[in-house]
Amino acid sequence: MVEVDRRRLRATAAALATTICLFAAAVPLSAETIVVGSKNFAESRFLGETFAQLLEARTDLEVERSLGLAGTEFCFEALRTGAIDIYPEYTGTGLVTILRREPLTSSPEALRAVRSEFLERWNQHWLGPLGFENAYEIAIPRSLAEERGIRTISELSLIAPELRASFGYEFLERPDGLPGLEETYGLRFKSVQGMQEALKYQAAGAGQIDVLDVYTTDGRLLVNDLVVLEDDRDFFPPYEAVPLVNGETLAEHPEIGTTLALLAGALDGETMRQINLRLQEAKESEIVVAHDLLRSLGLLEGTGAVEPGPGGLGGGIEIGAILRLTLEHLALSIGALALGVLIAVPLGLALVSRRRAAEGVIRVVGISQTIPSLALLGFLIPLLGVGVLPTIVALWLYSLFPILRNTYSGVRDADSQAVQAATALGMTESQVLRRVRLPLAVPTIMAGVRTAGVITVGTATLAAFIGAGGLGEPIIAGVQLLDTRRILSGAIPAALLALGVDATLGLLERVLKPRGLEA
Amino acid sequence: MSRNLPDRGAETNLRRDSAVSSPTTSAVPALEAREVSKTFAGEVRALDRVSLTVAKSETVVLVGESGCGKTTLLRLFNHLETPTEGRVFLHGKPIDESDPIPLRRHLGYVQQEGGLLPHWTVQRNVTLVPNLLGWSAERCRSRATELLGLVGLPIAEYGARYPRELSGGQRQRVAFARAVAADPEVILLDEPFGALDALTRLELQNEFLRLKGELEKTFLLVTHDLTEAFRLADRIAVMRGGELLRIATGEELREHPGDPYVERLLTLAGVFHG
Repeated sequence: MVEVDRRRLRATAAALATTICLFAAAVPLSAETIVVGSKNFAESRFLGETFAQLLEARTDLEVERSLGLAGTEFCFEALRTGAIDIYPEYTGTGLVTILRREPLTSSPEALRAVRSEFLERWNQHWLGPLGFENAYEIAIPRSLAEERGIRTISELSLIAPELRASFGYEFLERPDGLPGLEETYGLRFKSVQGMQEALKYQAAGAGQIDVLDVYTTDGRLLVNDLVVLEDDRDFFPPYEAVPLVNGETLAEHPEIGTTLALLAGALDGETMRQINLRLQEAKESEIVVAHDLLRSLGLLEGTGAVEPGPGGLGGGIEIGAILRLTLEHLALSIGALALGVLIAVPLGLALVSRRRAAEGVIRVVGISQTIPSLALLGFLIPLLGVGVLPTIVALWLYSLFPILRNTYSGVRDADSQAVQAATALGMTESQVLRRVRLPLAVPTIMAGVRTAGVITVGTATLAAFIGAGGLGEPIIAGVQLLDTRRILSGAIPAALLALGVDATLGLLERVLKPRGLEA
Repeated sequence: MSRNLPDRGAETNLRRDSAVSSPTTSAVPALEAREVSKTFAGEVRALDRVSLTVAKSETVVLVGESGCGKTTLLRLFNHLETPTEGRVFLHGKPIDESDPIPLRRHLGYVQQEGGLLPHWTVQRNVTLVPNLLGWSAERCRSRATELLGLVGLPIAEYGARYPRELSGGQRQRVAFARAVAADPEVILLDEPFGALDALTRLELQNEFLRLKGELEKTFLLVTHDLTEAFRLADRIAVMRGGELLRIATGEELREHPGDPYVERLLTLAGVFHG
């Protein structure tokens, strides 16, 4: 027995039980539930929301949303591993980014190519195209275009060495993005930097950058007075927007196919540009805009679908939603932290009697701290899919180091006089560990746990990137839409939560710390 | 520690002398070290062929400068150290043949600054060993009451306190009570009064003498304070550089220091007047 009295044990047990309940509450998935995903930009979120509302209105399925996953890789892996069942994808992206094939210039050809290969390799179905293309294009400010007489990308390449370019992170890497573009046109810019999509437009508007990548359907082209350059060498492949569905889900619920077929050809480029304007500039909620679209298409007739409340998570900020996200966030953090304590404390104790191995083990665990969190998530998706599980695993990994290091050093360096006396009077090594070293190390261990707690709550905002919810949702959506209110609606509760968790762990420390130690 | 090394031959003779002059009772000595040497990490020779016997109910004080090997010698007896050469005996039984855990539970031990467990109350500290031995709670409590009374810290007032709520002198009293709690025959004390102010130290030395008279135990005590050694010891063992130079009663030492180093030490301490 560790040297804590019963009262303390009971308090600890209660805390643990609460944790497990919160954790369990965060993973509610029934068999008849399908999950709709999307990428992390406004148009993709909107399309995902539209699919979800239509399926809710016209089928009996329960629909979960996992919107705003961090890019193509995350979405595709999630679909492949069954973490989501459906998401909006673009044919060109499927061809070039996922299949790593040469771009094709004809839209029907591109669709045929991805359809047959996705079916064969992964049993994934490209349904009917929605009716618009959203290709990458290159844009420059109108003033620059007029001043230098630039209309095509070939003309741009002549003055590129004077220009500052800024591209989305995915564009920087994709073969049908900057690398291919540079090769085809021999482009060399004065500087190239990666930037979040929404910030890019703002920077261009403020004259801080000269060149950026845009989407055909982006409403902000109009607002920021940007000119799209002609792709005179037909470099950019066609990007038709299409619902991409997991074949197993489709076989089980064929109504998904027939229902989403109602959207085939329903959205032309002009409609999509107007919708994007509403999302990006008017900062309307995707929930409201999706509902408006479905109603205007007559797809909600006779379904009893209700008008969404004012705002939802969009324009207005709803207390209930924030509370739910805060609870999710707390459950993820505490779940990961509890696992961290369960693993790191015994490991730290075990290392005390294996000092040679200890430094090595602690260093290796320390390296896990240096892995950028998005990279870690990307690495975990093929193994664990998306959602709660990989998030908990990632957060757990980040929590290990501070707890392990403090447990080890706290126990190793425990009051040497007391340890020596206990040994000299006949305590066995394990009695010394449990009755003397461990209780004396409680303040140090708890300091590590508190550090880990704050790290975990802070890092848990990443959960939103892989569809595990939490306060990262409004933060990331806010960053994507450049909506400060939305960012703050996640950031402020997250900060308060971090303070609250730290204070609670501080209280726990006072309960667990043996009396008799200095205050 | 630069000093003139005494002639080695003379020293060896002295050690033989001392061996001869030690009381040779027919009874088995409580503690015995036979030609023990201890080398740490292949470098420092902390003990060099030391032989020592402590008779039952005798108090022997090991004295010498820091680094002379006195603490290492003490720690051989409760198996906190093992000799590189030679053997150590407790009541005639070789220590290396017994399990160190029960051995330690049957030896009292007091160290400098007590080594009380800071997260345990006074009462719990006192009954540490009885507890390890599986005494009943009731027996533990009555023993603690008895011992805390003996060292002048009544359990009603002090039993529930934590070590940091006590003065240095009180902590050493608790440590002493803890050392004798399971009624060991032999008690080892490593600089027990070393960290106390002069007045408290004097008070505790007197206390020790009183308890020594009452308890009839065997004590082996380490100190660097020669005055203390003369006050407490039946016999004094003077150590230097890992060797035992001389072991004799205070009286004998005063009359025949027998070694220039011992003589100088006695003079400096003001216990020898040439």
